[in-house]
Amino acid sequence: MSGRLATGGRLIDRSRALEFTFDGRRLTGFAGDTLAAALLGAGEGLVGRSFKYHRPRGIVAYGPEEPNALLGIGRAGRFEPNARATQVDLSDGLEAESQNRWPSLAFDVGTLNGLAARVLPAGFYYKTFIHPRPFWKHLFEPVIRRAAGLGRAPRHRDDDTYEQVHAHVDVLVVGGGVAGLAAALAAGRAGARVMVVEQSAHWGGRAPVDGDPVDGRAPDQWLGQTLAALEEMENVRLIPRCAAVGVYDHGFVLAAERLTDHDPGAPGPRQRLWRIRAGRVVLAAGAIERPLAFPGNDLPGVMLASAVRDYLVNHAVFPGDRTVVVTNNDDAYHTALALVAAGLRVPAILDARAAPNGLLADAARAAGIRVLAGHGIAGVAGRQRVAGVKVCAVAGEGAVVEEIACEAVAMSGGWSPAVHLWSHCGGRVAWDADRAMFRPDPAHPPRGADGTAMVIPAGAANGRLSPAAALAEGTAAGTAAATGQDRIDGSDDPTGTDIAPVWMMPQGAGPALRAKAFLDFQNDVKVADVDLAAREGFESVEHTKRYTTLGMATDQGKLSNINGLAVLSQALHKDIPAVGTTTFRPPYVPVTLGTLAGEARGDLFQPVRATPMLGWHVEREAYMEPVGLWRRPYCYPAPGETHEVAVAREVNAVRQGVGILDASTLGKILVQGLDAGRFLDMLYTGAMSTLPVGRCRYGLMCSEQGFLIDDGVVARLSDDAWLCHTTTGGADRIHAHMEDWLQTEWWDWRVFTLNLTEQYAQVAVAGPRARDVLETLSGDIDLTAALPHMHWTHGTLAGIPARIFRISFSGELGFEVAVPAARGMDLWQALLRAGQGVGITPYGTEALHVLRAEKGFIMIGDETDGTVTPRDLGLEGMISKKKADFLGKRGMERSHLAAPDRWRLVGLRAADDSVLPEGAYVLDAGRTENGQRATQGRVTSTYWSPTLKRGIALALLRHGPDRMGQSVDVSRIGAAPIRATVVAPCQYDPDGGRMHG
Amino acid sequence: MQRYSVFALVRQAMGWHQGWERAWRSPEPQAAYDAVIVGGGGHGLATAYYLAKNHGMRRVAVLEKGWIGGGNTGRNTTIIRSNYLQDPSAAIYEKARSLYETLSQDLNYNVMFSPRGVMMLAQTQHEVRGYRRTAQANALQGVATEFIGPARVKELCPIIHVSGPRYPVLGALWQPRGGTARHDAVAWSYARGASDLGVDIIQNCAVTGIDVEGGRVTGVQTTRGPIRCGKLGVVVAGHSGVLAGMAGFRLPIESTALQALVSEPIKPCMDVVVMANTVHGYMSQSDKGEMVIGGGADGRNDYTQRGSFSHVEETLRALIETFPMLSRLKMLRWWGGIVDMTGDRSPIISKAPVEGMFLNCGWGTGGFKAIPGSGWAMAELMAKGHSPLASAFGLERFREGRFVDESVAAGVAH
Ligand SMILES: Cc1cc2nc3c(=O)[nH]c(=O)nc-3n(C[C@H](O)[C@H](O)[C@H](O)COP(=O)(O)OP(=O)(O)OC[C@H]3O[C@@H](n4cnc5c(N)ncnc54)[C@H](O)[C@@H]3O)c2cc1C
Repeated sequence: MSGRLATGGRLIDRSRALEFTFDGRRLTGFAGDTLAAALLGAGEGLVGRSFKYHRPRGIVAYGPEEPNALLGIGRAGRFEPNARATQVDLSDGLEAESQNRWPSLAFDVGTLNGLAARVLPAGFYYKTFIHPRPFWKHLFEPVIRRAAGLGRAPRHRDDDTYEQVHAHVDVLVVGGGVAGLAAALAAGRAGARVMVVEQSAHWGGRAPVDGDPVDGRAPDQWLGQTLAALEEMENVRLIPRCAAVGVYDHGFVLAAERLTDHDPGAPGPRQRLWRIRAGRVVLAAGAIERPLAFPGNDLPGVMLASAVRDYLVNHAVFPGDRTVVVTNNDDAYHTALALVAAGLRVPAILDARAAPNGLLADAARAAGIRVLAGHGIAGVAGRQRVAGVKVCAVAGEGAVVEEIACEAVAMSGGWSPAVHLWSHCGGRVAWDADRAMFRPDPAHPPRGADGTAMVIPAGAANGRLSPAAALAEGTAAGTAAATGQDRIDGSDDPTGTDIAPVWMMPQGAGPALRAKAFLDFQNDVKVADVDLAAREGFESVEHTKRYTTLGMATDQGKLSNINGLAVLSQALHKDIPAVGTTTFRPPYVPVTLGTLAGEARGDLFQPVRATPMLGWHVEREAYMEPVGLWRRPYCYPAPGETHEVAVAREVNAVRQGVGILDASTLGKILVQGLDAGRFLDMLYTGAMSTLPVGRCRYGLMCSEQGFLIDDGVVARLSDDAWLCHTTTGGADRIHAHMEDWLQTEWWDWRVFTLNLTEQYAQVAVAGPRARDVLETLSGDIDLTAALPHMHWTHGTLAGIPARIFRISFSGELGFEVAVPAARGMDLWQALLRAGQGVGITPYGTEALHVLRAEKGFIMIGDETDGTVTPRDLGLEGMISKKKADFLGKRGMERSHLAAPDRWRLVGLRAADDSVLPEGAYVLDAGRTENGQRATQGRVTSTYWSPTLKRGIALALLRHGPDRMGQSVDVSRIGAAPIRATVVAPCQYDPDGGRMHG
Repeated sequence: MQRYSVFALVRQAMGWHQGWERAWRSPEPQAAYDAVIVGGGGHGLATAYYLAKNHGMRRVAVLEKGWIGGGNTGRNTTIIRSNYLQDPSAAIYEKARSLYETLSQDLNYNVMFSPRGVMMLAQTQHEVRGYRRTAQANALQGVATEFIGPARVKELCPIIHVSGPRYPVLGALWQPRGGTARHDAVAWSYARGASDLGVDIIQNCAVTGIDVEGGRVTGVQTTRGPIRCGKLGVVVAGHSGVLAGMAGFRLPIESTALQALVSEPIKPCMDVVVMANTVHGYMSQSDKGEMVIGGGADGRNDYTQRGSFSHVEETLRALIETFPMLSRLKMLRWWGGIVDMTGDRSPIISKAPVEGMFLNCGWGTGGFKAIPGSGWAMAELMAKGHSPLASAFGLERFREGRFVDESVAAGVAH
């Protein structure tokens, strides 16, 4: 059983014991522990269950590469599933639970062993569950889904907040080990702005654990002095608990910092996303140790040799009284020596190499440890934890030569540089056969905008494993990065060349043993699965990965990828480099989604665009609807009123008295300059250059394809200035459209555009009493015959400078009053007061829709959908025949757009005067080539008309305008079609007398 | 072909699975074929399969420059639906969907088609009107959809925040027989089925040139030597413009990055696929338990398969607002694909300006769902010169202005 030594532990504070619970059991650890260290220290060897076979799983690693120790931590609004215990700092009262087991961790009914597991190799689900057909959805899939997944789904809204911060630095150093800190020191001394991010809570990386001197000093001493020097530099910023997760074009780097996870509930955001623009990145992210594949290597108690050392030195935690070390390289000897030095027993070192003969091997032998050269493991005894190992010759088929009792196995299959961030943005890796590792290929770095390398790797991340090399390369990389160079001369440190490329032991293992040797512990991918993939023709690494799910677990293959690749290359009888690697993509470690979203939640999700009158609408309890980023009143229901009743009341008020509408959201784009008239003539289908000052003209805009995209009233303000109104939703799009043409095609035209939408508050005053109300307000504007329909004027109204347009979208006498936004509320209040006597009524967007539909006016987005031309809408009169060109002219001439049988605008009146269904189609005889019911038109707008006291509708109908009075059938879902008569689009005041009155 | 079944699995398990054969043959390319398909994505493989199965053509090869399914077929978020607005779209997507229903049985390969239901949220009045229209259209097209209210939305997907302050859910267009399938399995199963019918699947074979004589295609140049062919089908998605260039013409296609991501796996919490077009995001939960997330395409032309962070950030904001429980989950994988976009967001299944050459591309952000129907139609077009399912998707539509505009119906068309 694992446990804690009575003394030691460089990171823990024994004076501060912390209580926590695991599956409800109360346990104790120390400040400075990770949850993983505390669990091991408390003797908890079994921490989870694997994904597929639900096999027992223990802690394997020390860092973010941990595949097994995924726990649910916290509760309610602070519950987090799949938290990696190796990266959770222990806090007092922490609650942790195991996952993916039922009913309990020790007795999981989902466990598949022996034959059951044997029937379910890689990709088994592709070969079965095929018959009977409905069973997949109703039986197999639900069962599989329940068995799969890891942690519980959170059920609560997140109690924490997140933030994003931008940083601009000359040099970003990723990794706070010897290479990283040396780089920071060198770059800092050269005067660069430096930022160092370290994913763990501690600086120094591996060196203090391994103990070899750095720069002639004890590693902890070097670390203390270096940190002190760095902290003194104002141009250097050190950020622990912060993982760089992605490198993007132009030196953009994302890093995720854990702010309060070690102190849950502390004030402030929980995590922070750093958006860093780095001149150069020094990649000093170290290397990750690889497991070895041998039968039974997935039992709890089998750990990475380096992790055993980390727990021992940093936390005084040991994996068991007796630990067998199994390795193919020298490095694991450090672990054996450390264990013995701590008074623990190492019954044997099983070394896959024929003749391990280095200083470390000598030291081990001198310490009395038995070294079995050329040996490996053929099996591990124990059910839920290691009880012993079966020793075999590495070369053979796995005949057991000896059994050694032990509680733990420390394995080392060599090291893999953490090249992920190097690769994210195009950096390639090269196989270093001497060290059996992929290293950054200096010939193919990720390149920045200037063509130089954005990233400089150093130390273990560059495949140079000794502290001396890390120091030298780090220093060189820091200097280079700070002085505008993009590469260093790598050191030729030989550390790691002692490795024998043994990936699977025993090497002659038959299928039975290969089916017990795990590569991916979380996803239960075994050597036999990779063999199977190769046998079935999934020969590309990407195919193997997808077919077996190797490397697709939450550790993203940090432990399994290279071993799997090596096994695949053996199965295919190819070299490792010929098989290649899979692509590394962000994130390097999983990142909380809340962190990526940052502050933008709830009220801050998207900005609300507010008209000056928004507060008033809200106070009046208007029913609001989102329109783009705006919120607009849909209607203003009086207490007890339904929306339908409110809308009818508002419509009637406009028809009979006067209504006011907050029209401030309408787009208002000022177009000015010597060529403005010419520009607008190109933009609109009609002529705008000929519009006299003081006049308004309704304009249509088409896409190049000839389809209507926006409409609005254009007012000519002066000789060289026009104010173009757009739809509410269209303002930004149309402004961009204008600029697009100006900047890319007509860049030499003297035209300026300015989006003034938010500069003006605008109120539509509509109804037979509109003029009366406006005249009640003091002012100098003559609203009588001097201001006919489609004219505008300006002056003062109720003491406010105002521009008044005489335009109407309701068919009644109408004015739109524009005032500076800051005076919008004053105007609104003044109008309400002035109209009190005549029952002035605020109306919303729905009444606006009904009013215009009664008049047969089109609405962009209802009558149009990007496929409708002005001609379709009976607006051919708005298309200039004189202009040589305008946007959409050529498009409209294409055969389909000019075809005589297009669907064109009409009104429809249901035979029973009911409201036709929204979105309904007008049926035609027969069927399409593909057997669908044929149609000849569609309803584009349909409302109850309070004015006409019946349903009204607008529709697009084949040959529509030629078919007045005919009957057609309109579709209904799940019911017989409704008969309707084709009528004119305008059903109210067709000659426009009211509007002109 | 070795049949797959649970009995076969048990039998093979006895022999430690040593007896499984290759899923598809891997022959050397022959000197000539009746038909060559360029592109081993889902669409290319399905085309080859139906050429062999429906039209009896056996001398067919699929040439793939990398590994089959490695393009967008293996990178997409696997939403399958057919609730499209325009008649030609609904016809081909519904054909595809109905083929998906029995694909596992037809191909003896579990592609895990899971008709769990797809809902498209309406979060503005405008969207309500739009989806009501689509529901009407679908009813006439024979596509089973329904406009449902917020209470039903919540019942079908309890983790949705329907009363969000900003964009409350006003309803949804619900297609109960839409769903998802396993993308790799779709590519592999078609490859296996086609190979069994005699089609040569040739990987690591990039087409580098197209031979044209007298206005007629006669063969292709490849990294594995020249190959002659009677008919040539080009089915290479984002690289269509490059292949068209080899034959001397241009295509109205733009290539941009589309990104997707998955969270770490969690226990089942969402049984349906949800798309929220107003806020630009969509999500489903895979059988592994990962929340599969996507949004709109990046707004610039690109071949890097990387995409920009700001797009993903927006998608995540939208989804956390819609599904607040997501906030504490972690992003596990994140990737991009290059999508081939036409101006009307509809595909091209067409004869090319060069005789004997056919094109299938332009599926953009939403072609996974179409794979069976597209292969069916393309094979028919190549074999017979006409296919009703493809007739609206000819290249001439751009000249005539006869667009099949689906951007009308949805901002995000997956
Ligand atoms: C992130 C993302 C999410 C998506 N989500 C969905 C979704 O939810 N639902 C949906 O329906 N669709 C979705 N799609 C779209 C869908 O993936 C594609 O439309 C579809 O897969 C295209 O298939 P394909 O066979 O045409 O292309 P691909 O799968 O890309 O295949 C084209 C093949 O051609 C090969 N090729 C290219 N050039 C050559 C050459 N010169 N010689 C030989 N071979 C060549 C390529 O290597 C590639 O394998 C998504 C796409 C992406 C990127």
